[in-house]
Amino acid sequence: MLPEDFELAARFVKDRSGLVLTRDKVYLLENRLMPVVRDLRLKSVSELLAGIASGDAALQTTVIDAMMAKDTGFFRDWKPFVHFRTVVLPNIRVSRGMKTRFRILSAGVSTGQEAHSIAMTIRDVSSSFPGWQVEVIGIDISATAIAAASKGIYSQFDVQRGLPVRTLLQYFTKQEDAWVLNDAVRGMVKCQPWNLLDDLFSLGRFDAIFCRNVLVYFDLKTKLDVLQKLARLLVDDGVLYLGLNETVTGVSSNFRAVDPALGIYAAHRADRPASLSLAAKVDL
Amino acid sequence: MKRCLVVDDSRVIRRVASKIIQDLGFDVDEAENGRKALNALTIRMPDLILVDWDMPVMDGLEFAQQLRKLPGGNKVVVVFCTTENDIPHIRQALDAGADEYIMKPFDSEIVRSKLILLGLLG
Repeated sequence: MLPEDFELAARFVKDRSGLVLTRDKVYLLENRLMPVVRDLRLKSVSELLAGIASGDAALQTTVIDAMMAKDTGFFRDWKPFVHFRTVVLPNIRVSRGMKTRFRILSAGVSTGQEAHSIAMTIRDVSSSFPGWQVEVIGIDISATAIAAASKGIYSQFDVQRGLPVRTLLQYFTKQEDAWVLNDAVRGMVKCQPWNLLDDLFSLGRFDAIFCRNVLVYFDLKTKLDVLQKLARLLVDDGVLYLGLNETVTGVSSNFRAVDPALGIYAAHRADRPASLSLAAKVDL
Repeated sequence: MKRCLVVDDSRVIRRVASKIIQDLGFDVDEAENGRKALNALTIRMPDLILVDWDMPVMDGLEFAQQLRKLPGGNKVVVVFCTTENDIPHIRQALDAGADEYIMKPFDSEIVRSKLILLGLLG
């Protein structure tokens, strides 16, 4: 790939998605763009990039979609979901008074595994929330990933990455070679294309936000921007789950650490007592 | 260091599985069928057993049932690793004492994520 092509592509991807591509990621760029070049029967990546530069909106969307990492899995890292089930959900139940409603956001939901893991976790304890209105919202910049997430149909390979086999039997049926999530869980989740760089406030407020293994792709300024927007979406005692290798430390003062090793942070409001949080560190 | 016993009649599968498990920090022994695996358990009870279903001499299902009757046999984590990929087979394995189930083909990420679920990896 020509250096000027790389510069053009990297600038475009960063502006549109926040994804930072350093020079050592040339191989990644080529790996993700070459299938697009072949699908569209173009001659080269250079021709593809010329189309982007000319303002072809459909092509731009296709390239952003191709560039997004879709590496995901059910119950990724496991312990954050144990914390959600054993700490956050019980605290929501006892702290909401007459309000029998809560909402969870999965930001960077990709093909839906995280949002569906959240929904299955809630479903497992649904007897504790009789009559409650529960919403799990999944957002991702990739429209093709969102389309897959909305279907709730997974391959044998997908359902083995992190999904306990008893949970598989409980919530999925097998149809031919595919595993299909049942309607009850799928119906709890609404997935929609959404760019984290855009305004998020119209999504509404959330009791917990999962934004795991997303910030790692952003530069410091973009991380700060996104974290500030997520902080505004969280209710006063809300909880933020980041990836195990992600942190707010040194980036944003809108959160305080609950269990940084597990990427668990609580909303922090300067005018609120620090103890006000749905989350607590527990020995998992 | 935690120990794992890989039980499969295919030498290639045993080698692949052993390499994955070793890379995750386990010491690994191998056996080519359920009977040989039961014999190996008289010397040492591992922390984890990865067992195929369809094997000559003694299959995985009978092995799991026999294992669970042994002293200390209910403490071992048993993961079936098999080409049988339908719901009735999975239920049968769980009823026989399996803790988890991996459908072949598998890769290191699948094994790693299952061992995290089982509390064998941090």
